[in-house]
Amino acid sequence: SFLRRSHSEFQEKTTEWTCRMKSKEIPTAALVLGVNVTDHDLTFRSLSEVLQNNITPYIAFLEAKDCPGVKKLMQKLMGQLMNCYVDVDSSEDEDYVQVSHNRIRCSMTSLINWYESVTKKTDSETPSKKRTSSSRHWQSPPVVVVFKDMESFSTKVLQDFIVISSQHIHELPLVLIFGIATSPMIIHSLLPHSVSSLLCIELFQSLSCKDHLSTIIDKLLLRASFPFKLGEKVLQVLINIFLYHDFSVQNFVKGFQLCIVEHFCSQPVSVLCCQLVDAKKRETTQKLLEDLHVYHENYLSVLRCLHVFTSFLPKYPLGKQIRELHCACLENQVWETEEYESSLQLARMLNKSDLVTMLQQCVEIFVSSSGKEFDNTVEKLKEFLTQFQKLEAEAFQEQDVSVSSQKELQKKTDLYHLQKTLLELKESRRYKKLTKFEMLRFDVVDYIDSLVRNYLVPANHKTLHEIAYFNTASVLREHLNAAPRIALHTALNNPYRYLKNQELKSDEGSISNKAPDICIVYKLHLECGRLINLVDWLEAFSTVVMAAEGPNADAASSDQVDDIIHARFIRAVSELELLGFIKPSKQKTDHVARLTWGGC
Amino acid sequence: VFPMKNVYSCYSCFTGSFRQQFSFPSIFIYGHTSSGKTYVMQTLLNTLQLPHVFVNCVEYFTSRLLLEEILMQLQSCCSETEQTSHVHCDTFNDFVRLFKQAVVSEELEDQTLYIVLDRAEQLREMEANILPAFLRLQELTDRNVTVVLLSEIVWELFRPNTGCFEPFTLYFPDYSIGHLQKILSQNHPPEYSVDFYAAYINILLGVFYMVCRDLKELQHLAALNFSKYCEPVVRGEANERDTRKLWKNIEPHLKKAMHTVYLREISSSQWERLQRDDGEPGQLKGLSAHTHVELPYYSKFLLIAAYLASYNPVRTDKRFFLKHHGKIRKTNFMKKHEKTSNHLLGPKPFPLDRLLAILYSIVDNRVAPTANIFSQITSLVTLQLLSMVGHNDQLDGPRYKCTVSLDFIRAVAR
Repeated sequence: SFLRRSHSEFQEKTTEWTCRMKSKEIPTAALVLGVNVTDHDLTFRSLSEVLQNNITPYIAFLEAKDCPGVKKLMQKLMGQLMNCYVDVDSSEDEDYVQVSHNRIRCSMTSLINWYESVTKKTDSETPSKKRTSSSRHWQSPPVVVVFKDMESFSTKVLQDFIVISSQHIHELPLVLIFGIATSPMIIHSLLPHSVSSLLCIELFQSLSCKDHLSTIIDKLLLRASFPFKLGEKVLQVLINIFLYHDFSVQNFVKGFQLCIVEHFCSQPVSVLCCQLVDAKKRETTQKLLEDLHVYHENYLSVLRCLHVFTSFLPKYPLGKQIRELHCACLENQVWETEEYESSLQLARMLNKSDLVTMLQQCVEIFVSSSGKEFDNTVEKLKEFLTQFQKLEAEAFQEQDVSVSSQKELQKKTDLYHLQKTLLELKESRRYKKLTKFEMLRFDVVDYIDSLVRNYLVPANHKTLHEIAYFNTASVLREHLNAAPRIALHTALNNPYRYLKNQELKSDEGSISNKAPDICIVYKLHLECGRLINLVDWLEAFSTVVMAAEGPNADAASSDQVDDIIHARFIRAVSELELLGFIKPSKQKTDHVARLTWGGC
Repeated sequence: VFPMKNVYSCYSCFTGSFRQQFSFPSIFIYGHTSSGKTYVMQTLLNTLQLPHVFVNCVEYFTSRLLLEEILMQLQSCCSETEQTSHVHCDTFNDFVRLFKQAVVSEELEDQTLYIVLDRAEQLREMEANILPAFLRLQELTDRNVTVVLLSEIVWELFRPNTGCFEPFTLYFPDYSIGHLQKILSQNHPPEYSVDFYAAYINILLGVFYMVCRDLKELQHLAALNFSKYCEPVVRGEANERDTRKLWKNIEPHLKKAMHTVYLREISSSQWERLQRDDGEPGQLKGLSAHTHVELPYYSKFLLIAAYLASYNPVRTDKRFFLKHHGKIRKTNFMKKHEKTSNHLLGPKPFPLDRLLAILYSIVDNRVAPTANIFSQITSLVTLQLLSMVGHNDQLDGPRYKCTVSLDFIRAVAR
């Protein structure tokens, strides 16, 4: 929807550029896309498709790393624009020769000449030729230049480019798009006033990343058509990575793909995780699978209904987004949680118009769901709605009761009488008859409660849930949230883990002398303080290594062995230095400083 | 309309080039933005029909492009034929040779050829020989040619270390308010009288002169707001001479314009749309209203930790971030330097380890040192919220500094 809005703005913008001629401003769009830079690519690709189909074939994308100077920028720009032209018309224009980049002077005049030749060509085309692609294009389509990552561009390059293009705005209709990740103030910090006055900037904002995430979860997980589902812990891990580390939707999708792979590789029952149609071939489990499928459908509809209810409540006791509600339901029986209680209480205090809207939305949800069980529910809800409407007619009669009690209070009395009347009022209020509206409200809330208890059972209470649900969060966390230092430490401390050599199996404390050199050296250095004496270290190392030989070691060959051990030691120490655990110390000669402490 | 002094001095330079007499080899004209240098040059040269070549140095940013462009314009200027073949010219030596060849036609025998280089400060970025060579072009080529350099920067900053031929410098002073009034009043649309437009310009200058003296900006603003000014006249509520009514109508509008269009908060097309629809500009949020940036949880903490690391001196770290800290004794040195707030001095660089240490202490729950945290640091650098100090190759001790302001951090910390 953002794209549609921006593209319609674009059309307006490009129609206006002719008017802009008198004020010599380049129309510019500043797109604020959000901090998740990895997702910008997708946005730009879809934007370019929309533009190519509707407005102009001349689109060029520029990235900061390719444009250290204005010359490279012009080269890249011209290369892309000329290729655009070839792609569009390659089928019809056989004698167009691709000019080699080296021979073109990359200056503005050659770009202008190219543009004139291209537009003249389209003008002079005879109408008999079919040009379906460019029939939607205009007489002189604007050239769109997209700066994909605005923050990384150097200011000199941008300023020079804008100054040059604004000189030739009449001959080359240019439209600029700035892809901004943080905030539009970056424009003011990158461009001085004299340059930004040459631009006519309009701001467009894309949806926030959290909205994107909700859409994705909605489409992937909350649909009955996909048999694969995520367990609560796994979903929590993925969402945490999204919210805590990077707002990247791409990473979330990749994590989801990893879950699918893991599930189908490691879980043997996952063979049965498939669409319901295929499941009909396996008779023994067919009934159970069908049950599971039906459970899913019902679950989803009731979940949405509950979300509709709770999203209206102040302070969102059960979470604002439907994904939070889904997580809560997956975890345990949601009707036993405190938040559910408080949300029911709040729901009992809702006013009439809110209730009516919510009921209508629920009716829509149940009507659109594919399960057959909800016809009764729909009937009941519609009944509630008609009762609400009937109440309106009777509303006037209720007002008189409350008015009389107020009048009593206003009469002049002394303190004792006032106290008495107030106490009486309080007593009467306790036994006050509930109005019809309140009774109806109670009924509605109770009904919703019963629906919840029936259908929102957490998934691990259903049989065969392991087929569809993937719940080993630890595996996922290891793969997605890598901890390189911990991995290194494990490898060096406990080489059995990775080498799977039976001889290396040892306890934590002892140093096996069959381990690789670097492991021995590492374990020895863990026992030292901040500065390690190399000679002592060498002694310890050779002691450990020599212990293998036993008491049969020859005294005569001790010198040669020493040299070999010395060489091995030096190699292991330099490997440790490369890994970053030690560094040569300037404070004492022949000492190295230790750089890491603790487990990581 | 221009200050006649400027025009006269220019004119006198040019008419100094009498037949068969060489004029000044090089002239340097400087003045503030929009003081009319380019415009005066172009009009003079065109009106007096002097042969000239006009090149903008920003557009032809390498010496090769610049020299080839000059030669190409020369071809079209001198020769009668229309076609301009591509000339290949790499060095100034070639340029001199080709220039001598090109300037061989009867018309130029007795006239001075002018080469005007606009935005000449770019010449300093090119090879070191370009600027001195241009200043001596007359001597090198032995032809009747004058090089005119237009720039906003004074000559003292141009002078190369090795010395060069000093050009004749000419200063274009800024326009005074009376001059601005006269110039702007000239552009009046034909359907209204001069006096009407002059009154409008008067009002406009009264509002904007304090903040803006740039002629181009004022012209732009005048064009944008004139339709609103004419509205009462168009609607029939007032006639052209009702200055008070017109003033009351336009004055709040101009004040609004100062906050929005002038600062480029909203674009001029949005402004015009607003004027047509007569809506409230309060609804339309300008660029500076969107300063909030959504950051992930740990990135926020990283940024805050970076800010603390940049602006707090190292000795206070122990005091703030550890549970059991001792007192810090102030030495004499510190007492003397206490006055300058760190905020004024700007951010100081800090090593990566310090950043991580502060991060671990300000985050409530345990933070696992995963690769994601480290890659977030680099992402913050890409977003220009942190900047890397020191060499790119220094892998073992990268140092950073925080580039955002206190307000931003306060907004993030919420």
